[in-house]
Amino acid sequence: MSHLFLILTIVAYVGSLIFYLGFLNTGNETMGRLGTLLLGLGLVAHYFALLERSRGLHTVPYHDLYGSMSLFGWLLALTYLGLELFHQQRSVGAFVLPFIIVFFVAAHLAPADRLSPAPAKGVIFAFHVTLSILAYAAFALSFVFSLIFLGEEWLLRSRKLGNVVWRLPPLELLERMSRSSVFVGLVSIAIGTALGFVWVDRLRGQIWYYDPKYVITLLVLLLYVLYFHLARTAAWRGARASKLCIFNFFVVVVSFTVVNLYLSQSHRYF
Amino acid sequence: MEIVLVGLNHRTAPVEVRERVSFTAEQSRKAAEELRSRGILQETLVLSTCNRSEIYGVPPESSHECAPGLSSFLSEFHSVRADVLGVSLYHHYDRAAVRHLFRVSAGLDSMLLGEAEILGQVREAYRYAHEYGATGPVLNRLFQGALEVGKRVRSETELGTRPMSVASAGVKLAERIFGKMNERIALVLGAGTISEQVVNQLRDRGIARLFLMNRSRERADELAVRFGGKVVEWGEWETALTAADVVVSSVASEEPVLRRETLEAVMSARGNRALFLMDLGMPRNIEASAAELYNIYMYNIDDLTEIVEQNRHARESEVPRAETIVDEHVGKFLSWQASVELVGLVDALRERLREEREAFIRARMDSMNHLTVAERERMESMMDELLEKLLLEPAERLRGEKELRRKIQNVEALRDLFLSNREKP
Repeated sequence: MSHLFLILTIVAYVGSLIFYLGFLNTGNETMGRLGTLLLGLGLVAHYFALLERSRGLHTVPYHDLYGSMSLFGWLLALTYLGLELFHQQRSVGAFVLPFIIVFFVAAHLAPADRLSPAPAKGVIFAFHVTLSILAYAAFALSFVFSLIFLGEEWLLRSRKLGNVVWRLPPLELLERMSRSSVFVGLVSIAIGTALGFVWVDRLRGQIWYYDPKYVITLLVLLLYVLYFHLARTAAWRGARASKLCIFNFFVVVVSFTVVNLYLSQSHRYF
Repeated sequence: MEIVLVGLNHRTAPVEVRERVSFTAEQSRKAAEELRSRGILQETLVLSTCNRSEIYGVPPESSHECAPGLSSFLSEFHSVRADVLGVSLYHHYDRAAVRHLFRVSAGLDSMLLGEAEILGQVREAYRYAHEYGATGPVLNRLFQGALEVGKRVRSETELGTRPMSVASAGVKLAERIFGKMNERIALVLGAGTISEQVVNQLRDRGIARLFLMNRSRERADELAVRFGGKVVEWGEWETALTAADVVVSSVASEEPVLRRETLEAVMSARGNRALFLMDLGMPRNIEASAAELYNIYMYNIDDLTEIVEQNRHARESEVPRAETIVDEHVGKFLSWQASVELVGLVDALRERLREEREAFIRARMDSMNHLTVAERERMESMMDELLEKLLLEPAERLRGEKELRRKIQNVEALRDLFLSNREKP
């Protein structure tokens, strides 16, 4: 299996991060555009890297920890690029790219493959997994936006404006970006989970059996619904909602790591 | 193809002189026409702003020779005594003139370092002069270069991005919270000079609605008419503060005008939507502890002055980067100028050699009666071929010269060696 696409992906992502950082630091529009261009190229190369690996192993990308983490990174990059183009807002790229790179690199450092216990086949299953990972990616984005919100708010309140504050998105836009990410995540996780139940029903002939993953997914769903609601209320809008969003993402991380790897019987890597 | 610049600006002339030497659009046109008809300049562009009046031109002869004529013209055109004008005028030629214009366009020569308006003024001056045909290939190229420099400096450096006045710093900070102002409501307390400056900034940034509140209703009405705002009765805090996103206060008052309790009640009424408070009063108009309230962002005059000071340093630190862009484009322009001049020189040289060849043949052929017409034509054609070959190779080498200084030196050497001043292209 060739490493060409893997190398291209990492080069493009790291290059994109460098240009985004340059844009954030200098405000040079050309640097920002190059950052976006390299992110797009990285996404294409990453897609082919996933495809090549799937073909080589005759399996879907999310069949093991590597594929699952790599797919997460890809969906994170894709969702971010969509939001960047939608909001015409490049200055958060420098904060999102490190997460994408970490997931891409961590996928290579992941422990040896452990086979998924359930037979990972079929369109419904594919949608179930892809939508669930997309939801996690969207939640990760809202986490990053909330962190930026709190950081920017602190800088504004403490009058430590420096170079960066003038280029960060306005606080209200960050709130909107965070809410729209959560909305994408909620829709994805709701549909993804429903498809999961349909698939289990077809596989086992029963729609429900106990799995800790169900509990934590329900908790994640509830917490983000709560955030979505509270973020528009008088008492919570602003910094408090951002803190809740950050807390919620820690629950997602627990679901993605501890629950998947050590507690769940049927959800290993997604 | 030389360039001359004669002008004055805020550094060389007091406002009393600047206002007498400024040009309206119509005067610019008239000046350009007169300069051309008197044979002082072939191409002309007048750049006139509140801080500078400058004439850029391409003279038919040497730029140094035409400068005194230009100075006298300015003195005569504006009826200002030559000795009064003389001490304020600066003259720049060729490279220095190009560099001066590029620095002007970049905002490096402005009174307020990096100000944005000058680029629009250069663009407008060029558009107008081009429209009435006062510019030619040299000034077209020069001003297109200047506009490119201005755009690059603004997009690639921080020279013009940071606000430099208390009023603009406040409005820009509000944009850090809310984004664009075109969906926002502002409430301005007080109707003094500072309030007026802020209102001006808010209008420039496209504020959607403007409420004005002042103890003296008359002055508030006056501001409202001028800036298109709505006057709210003094003391109707709850209504006005509940609707507003940005509140600017600049009222002469010994006691705080807005107390923490008032703002607490207002924040509750507005569902904790963010509120930006700009306290420009001295003594302060808003109780300091209100800054602790959730979703209130409050800045007083000292905070904003400090921010302006930080920005001034930041702008100054960007000057070397902007100068690098200017230098790059000066080099590009001079290289283009040398290339164009080279083409003209080669053509002039070719013409000169052809004349010499004809004179030479005429003198020699008289004694060669045995040659037929066909043989004579053949000889002429062979000589043409030889001359073209001799000319072509060095011309190509000169054209391909990458190093700007050598290119210009070569062009000058070629001109000095083969052409007299009279024959200069």
